[in-house]
Amino acid sequence: MKRNNDFRARAHPAYWAFLVHRISGLALAVFLPLHFWLLGQAIHGEAALDGILGFTDRTAFRFGEWGLVVLLALHLMGGVRLLLIEFLPWSGLRKNWIAGALGFGVAAGLAFALALIS
Amino acid sequence: MTSAISQAKLWYWQRISAMVLALCVLGHLAVIIYAVRGGLSAAEILGRTQGNWLLGGFYGLFVLACAVHVPLGLTTIAAEWLGWRGRSADVAAALVSGLIAIMGWRAIYGLIA
Amino acid sequence: MSTNLEVKVWRGREQGGFTSYKVPRRDSQTVLDVVTYIQRQLDPTLSYRFACRVGMCGSCAMTVNGVARWTCRTSVAKVAVDGKLEIAPLANLPVIKDLTTDMVEFFDKWAQAKGQFKGRHSRHDDFARVEPTSRERIAANAGIECIGCGICYASCDIVTWRPNFLGPAALNRAWTLANDVRDTRWVERLRAVAGDAGCHSCHTQGSCSERCPKRIEPTAGIAGLKRLVAKSAIRGEL
Ligand code: FES
Repeated sequence: MKRNNDFRARAHPAYWAFLVHRISGLALAVFLPLHFWLLGQAIHGEAALDGILGFTDRTAFRFGEWGLVVLLALHLMGGVRLLLIEFLPWSGLRKNWIAGALGFGVAAGLAFALALIS
Repeated sequence: MTSAISQAKLWYWQRISAMVLALCVLGHLAVIIYAVRGGLSAAEILGRTQGNWLLGGFYGLFVLACAVHVPLGLTTIAAEWLGWRGRSADVAAALVSGLIAIMGWRAIYGLIA
Repeated sequence: MSTNLEVKVWRGREQGGFTSYKVPRRDSQTVLDVVTYIQRQLDPTLSYRFACRVGMCGSCAMTVNGVARWTCRTSVAKVAVDGKLEIAPLANLPVIKDLTTDMVEFFDKWAQAKGQFKGRHSRHDDFARVEPTSRERIAANAGIECIGCGICYASCDIVTWRPNFLGPAALNRAWTLANDVRDTRWVERLRAVAGDAGCHSCHTQGSCSERCPKRIEPTAGIAGLKRLVAKSAIRGEL
């Protein structure tokens, strides 16, 4: 047995970016089959799809969807950062991209919220 | 030795699918934000999607990239956070991949055809 | 400045606990000074390791307030919180006793990553000429000052999660040799550092690069190895 690190060893932006990327990816992976199943109702015709859409038309679902849009945006931009680090010549841990990803996530969340209420 | 090289190959597949997904997700976010204005109805969705094979092709590629990308990510998490490695984990990943592909393409078929 | 430091030090092996000591606060005091004071004045049974005291040998690394650091070059003023220090052995390595860890697996992994240089010339040949401004030389330079302190290895979560992961220091070493134009073993080395035990398990958490006292960025070398493995595989060399 060895000693393990605690949060103090991990308290820096690149590690937070890793955590956000992993947790958003996990959440999206769990959501994906659900999303496909729901849209797959279209195979049973318009009424079946409407039934499901009606069921999801409530605040809790809307909030969940809003969260997923934000997670998708974060996972996207975090992933682009990783690709840049791994495939382009080295230029640091690209912490500016971490901030950019956060901004993009917020922007996508706001755009989705605005589109919902419009 | 061979297994290290095949692990590396999987890693490159995850990165290649990520590059495809980056473009797909960008498009998908735009579609989502455009589509949810004024609420979702089946008639509205199907009106846009039915017979739209270009959209079908885009989402078909999207689903394929997901079917590559998601199971690879999940096996990494399973190995590192649950200590679940080896053959059973690989089989589970293959099942997840198949599930995503079949469910995804089925949904697209339902919306387009 | 408070006159006494409140210092908690890990005693024992993996099973053990923190013991508190009061250590007088001095000007320009390093964390290694604090540990030395405890051993010389308060408890001679305390085990720890150091040699050069000037940041060259890499033997004095410990976990200070939760973060791995070279203690001889870490001033108390920089790390003490409200006059308190917590000093533990490095994580991810077996503890021998108190603050000393067993570094064997750390250095064995350097060997596994083919960290030894093997050239094609003997001492009877003329010097190899390496252009100082060449891309390879610059890349090797960036990683070559490693003192083998184990701080990156102790800071890396992948080492914790995948016990056979070679770790940042060994991969950084492999990268510097991959950029050494005199070296002859690069195919063998690329094979050794590919896959889940090698560069492809790095998730760019960046803890190694954040914590390296020599400001080396092992993340850079690891990303470089990922590109190099891809390039060589496409060329059919692996
Ligand atoms: S004692 Fe040599 S590096 Fe600290």
